[in-house]
Amino acid sequence: MLEIKDLKKSFREPSGSLISILDVPTFSMKAGEQVVLRGESGCGKTTLLHTISGLLDCDAGSIKLDGIELTKYSEAARDRIRADKLGYVFQTFNLLPAFTALENVKLGMTFARKAIRSERAAELLKSVGLADRMHYLPSQLSVGQQQRVAVARALANQPRLLLADEPTANVDPANQSKIIELIQEVCTQESVAILLVTHSDEVASRFSRIDRFEDLNRATEHTQTSVDE
Amino acid sequence: MSLFRIALRNLWFRKLPSFLTMLSMALGVALVVLVLTISGMIERTFKQSDNVGYNLIIGSKGSSIQLTFNTVMFLSEPVENIPYWYYMEFIPGADGRAKEYQRVGGKLGEPDRKGKYASLTSDGFAIPMCMGDYVGPFRCIGTTPQYFELLRYGEKDSAYEFSEGRNFVDYSDENGYYEAVIGSQVASVMKLKVGDQIYASHGKEGGEEHDDGFRIVGILKPTGTPNDRGAFVNMEGFYLLQGHIAPDRDPITGIEVKGSAVAPERDSKLSRVRLPIEKREVTAVLVKGSGMSAIGLEDQVKKSSFATAVSPVREITGLLEQFVTPVTLGLFILTSLVCVVSAIGIMVSIYNSMSERKRDIAVMRALGASRDHVLQIILIESTMIAVGGGLVGWLCGHLAGPMSNIWTEKTTGTTIGFFTSASSQELWLVPGMVLIGILAGVVPAISAYRTSVVKSL
Repeated sequence: MLEIKDLKKSFREPSGSLISILDVPTFSMKAGEQVVLRGESGCGKTTLLHTISGLLDCDAGSIKLDGIELTKYSEAARDRIRADKLGYVFQTFNLLPAFTALENVKLGMTFARKAIRSERAAELLKSVGLADRMHYLPSQLSVGQQQRVAVARALANQPRLLLADEPTANVDPANQSKIIELIQEVCTQESVAILLVTHSDEVASRFSRIDRFEDLNRATEHTQTSVDE
Repeated sequence: MSLFRIALRNLWFRKLPSFLTMLSMALGVALVVLVLTISGMIERTFKQSDNVGYNLIIGSKGSSIQLTFNTVMFLSEPVENIPYWYYMEFIPGADGRAKEYQRVGGKLGEPDRKGKYASLTSDGFAIPMCMGDYVGPFRCIGTTPQYFELLRYGEKDSAYEFSEGRNFVDYSDENGYYEAVIGSQVASVMKLKVGDQIYASHGKEGGEEHDDGFRIVGILKPTGTPNDRGAFVNMEGFYLLQGHIAPDRDPITGIEVKGSAVAPERDSKLSRVRLPIEKREVTAVLVKGSGMSAIGLEDQVKKSSFATAVSPVREITGLLEQFVTPVTLGLFILTSLVCVVSAIGIMVSIYNSMSERKRDIAVMRALGASRDHVLQIILIESTMIAVGGGLVGWLCGHLAGPMSNIWTEKTTGTTIGFFTSASSQELWLVPGMVLIGILAGVVPAISAYRTSVVKSL
């Protein structure tokens, strides 16, 4: 379902020198597989997720998602593929404050080449336990509820792969377990593969496949912050 | 969820800045529409006045603008008078002057001769007007029944019609010389009807009222001309009012002979005794000659020592071109600048919001929105602000006209409807303003287009 070969990504420093961030000879995931990626802060995990999602161009290599070679496509085409085949859950939830919970989920459907189905959005919110909070704004929801909405939104388009970047970093331990359980449960129901980045041992212990990023990545230089371009 | 709905929710989320930006656009467009309304109204007033039905105004020497304003629009201060005998020189027909002498009576040199300018007015008319009094806030005009019989108005050369009653006559058994016709606004503002008496106040609005009243025998249908706010009384009755009798003057020095302004003996209000010619003066004479004769007549009158002739059309057009048009243009430029400032306001407002919305834009991109989607959303937002503000401004600008009718009707004699000012300029100007507003969204839209997703997430 996801196959990465000889993926390389480097950034130019203000001084002009190149820093190699990613050098991944091979990485693959099967359909519906749930994988945890662990590694030090700033080692390039988020950069890898951004590259898989097509938000970042890679310098070399191949990324095949569901049989589609992402690196051959333009940015606009990658946007469409992302909308159709990928779901994204962020560390800081990133719900849009102007939209209700239901609208945030429907927003996930807006950019995909599928019809917007309000019933599906409502069903997803029901499945994450927010049937009575559909018309609440993010500011009216608790932290845990906001992350549930983010999960529902990521799954709105029935993606093939869910990318989750430390989705429990900002929630208390009690909610951590609930959210991970929820993600795993809903993704199993929907046959969606998960690639989840976490620092938490507790979270990692819930997954059968745990990959160490340092083992995958041969790049020696690490970024200070994972979002540097 | 459509891009339109996303843009609408974004605007709704930032209600106050969105409202204020829309308000500034609305104010700009309303000002432009208002300026167009005012300039359209002024032009309309002038154009209606330039088909007054006569070629020349004969009046005392002095400001030709003042004579025109006073005679045509009933505005400005009343001008000096000219003797009645001079008016008689313009009466058309070989025996016009002689007949008038027989009708009025009094002292007149060479009473049987033809009027000096009679041949130049042979196809037209000469109608005298006496002014200086008021009925309530409206001008009182002493004239002859010919005013409504011979004059035409408007683009279609319409004849004056009465919504009630009839024209006044030279003499009637019931009212003698004291009959009046009032304009539609005089009737509505002063709540007057046929059969009521009106009393002219001497010299100024709110001045001392004359004892003898005039019976209203007719109310004019609305004409959209200054005549709507005139109270027209029979000149014969007007002359008999206290203070309207011209004194005798020393033939050499022109100085008034004291105690000579005496009214003739009359046994009742219905008496047929008239004020003699030598005691009469007129404020203006409305003259219609045939084509080229008007030019010759104007030149001849201007050569006289105490009267002048002005072409109302030329005066009005000249005033429009020299004063009104540049002022309107200036106002128009100023208000257009207001709109440009409003458009910059839209740009600044959306642009400033970009920094706080970078994360939202990045999230949308991560959810699959393309750069084009983001660009479109921002442009839809600026379009909604510009079109919304433009529509509100357009409505307010047009509503301001009818709402100001209480004032404009009274002061200019014209009324403004909702679409009165809808000019061809408006057809491109208002959409042009809105387009500038929309274009103002381009800069922030490009900024959104360029937002780095990876940096902003």
